[in-house]
Amino acid sequence: MVAEWIFANGKSVGEIREDFPILQTKLTLVDHDDPIDLVYLDTAATAQKPLKVIQAEARYYREQNANIHRALHTLGETATALYEGSRDKVQAFINAEHRHEIIFTRNTTESINLVASSFGRSFGPEDEILLTEMEHHSNLVPWQLLSEQTGCKLKFIPISPGGELELEKLDELLTNKTALVGVVHISNIFGTVNDIEQIISKAHSMDIPVLIDGAQSSPHMAIDVQQLDCDFFAFSSHKLYGPMGIGILYGKEKLLEKMPPYMGGGDMIRSVKLTGSTWNDLPWKFEAGTPNVGGVAGFGAAIDYIKELSFDSICEYENMLTEYARKSLSGIKNIKIYGPSGHRAGVFSFTHNDLHPHDMAQFLDRYGIAVRAGHHCAQPAMRKLKVSSMARASLAFYNTRSEIDFLVEKIIAAGEYFNNGI
Amino acid sequence: MAFDDLYQEIILDHAKHPRNKENLDFISDDEVHENPTCGDSVKLAVDFSQDGKLERVRFDGDGCAISTSSASMMTEIVEGKSKEEVLKMIKSFILIMRNESESSLDDFGDLIALEGVIKYPLRVKCATLPWHALEDLLA
Ligand SMILES: Cc1ncc(COP(=O)(O)O)c(C=O)c1O
Repeated sequence: MVAEWIFANGKSVGEIREDFPILQTKLTLVDHDDPIDLVYLDTAATAQKPLKVIQAEARYYREQNANIHRALHTLGETATALYEGSRDKVQAFINAEHRHEIIFTRNTTESINLVASSFGRSFGPEDEILLTEMEHHSNLVPWQLLSEQTGCKLKFIPISPGGELELEKLDELLTNKTALVGVVHISNIFGTVNDIEQIISKAHSMDIPVLIDGAQSSPHMAIDVQQLDCDFFAFSSHKLYGPMGIGILYGKEKLLEKMPPYMGGGDMIRSVKLTGSTWNDLPWKFEAGTPNVGGVAGFGAAIDYIKELSFDSICEYENMLTEYARKSLSGIKNIKIYGPSGHRAGVFSFTHNDLHPHDMAQFLDRYGIAVRAGHHCAQPAMRKLKVSSMARASLAFYNTRSEIDFLVEKIIAAGEYFNNGI
Repeated sequence: MAFDDLYQEIILDHAKHPRNKENLDFISDDEVHENPTCGDSVKLAVDFSQDGKLERVRFDGDGCAISTSSASMMTEIVEGKSKEEVLKMIKSFILIMRNESESSLDDFGDLIALEGVIKYPLRVKCATLPWHALEDLLA
């Protein structure tokens, strides 16, 4: 039992919470007179933003707004430096070898679509794409579309009832027809931390490139793309305490170089004639049109914030909290928790024997507790487990043990409420 | 308090003990109505009488207290009514739930208990799911 946890920047959890304006505001519920405290347990859907991020984005619009890469005036230079400066921060954040391997998109979904449309353009009916049964729809549907267009086939690494990949099937699923492997790093339903190192090394031994969906891992662990040796890594700013509308695609230079542009327009060209054009260098080849510069500036501030806290202390605190939550939640009667019982991320999907996840979420909302309920954009995995809907509580470093105690208390109360008097 | 308006006794009762809920596995999964945002689903089977009235409506599916109780009460209220009458009711119910109508659920028997849902726009779809399913089946 720790008296008080102190992060690497010398702050306690209480002080960290003060960095997040939304955690200081009160919620006004429908027909509920007194505003109440927010207990935010939906970080896997989107993370809350520290003040520094909000200020960086606001400052851009107040003091630095200009279009980038084309203006020769001072503001234009400032905006360009800010935008490209954030690219350097992202490069360092995931330890990419080159800054031009970082491409700004709108979100993880767009990053994956970029790879599917561009890298996948040369695929044909003889090619296979190996995915897993636990992918988020955003790492499934783009490949289904590609399969319709090119005739390539989709194969899947199965999941066990415990929400883990059956990697013993990997050898037989990887064939000389496999053109790409796409796998989620941390599952947004089960909290499973997949053994992507093993998948990458097996795939590479057969010269097959691997795409990692890092939407859920990038906020909770240090990512080193060179050490992982993955070929593509996709993630979203909004899940990493940054603004919405910014996504990142990391790709290895040698692959990105060969890939055709994804969208056509301004900024992505070198020279345009009516009959054809030549492409700009990386990364701009993949960044057509005016980007969300304010959002990118905000994301730069989010990276600075995370670095100050340090992943060492984030992970240590979050692991402690996750273990506490796992123990507390599994002690509740009539609750089933999905996902691995051992090492896992702070994402807990659960169902209650006596009430539907929606009703659970609605009941918890009455007390200001924000959890998600539904199919979590992973319907194939849900179908496999024969559940149509789950409630999900997900954690971040700004959550506390007392919030988890409160959650447990209200889950129990929900069961009683729905059983009483009937 | 709004929350107790949302989950009135009668709703909880229909949710726990749904009327006319049966296993309808004989209906193919293609005919399931799903709420794409949450994964709730409902299937319906309608038996018509000789004179074309809805004799019996059964449902099956997986839903929250709001959608289950709405389906349960719907199967009761439409019994014995003509197709035209029911289609009119469906239109009216959906508009009322979406708060796009001057009318109230006064003429809808026990379903009046669902009026509390109107204040929770995200849950309106739960209440209307079975009604959309019936509309499609009758249309
Ligand atoms: C594992 C995973 N992949 C991809 C996504 C999609 O992220 P975005 O909506 O930011 O594109 C999510 C978001 O929920 C996710 O959890």
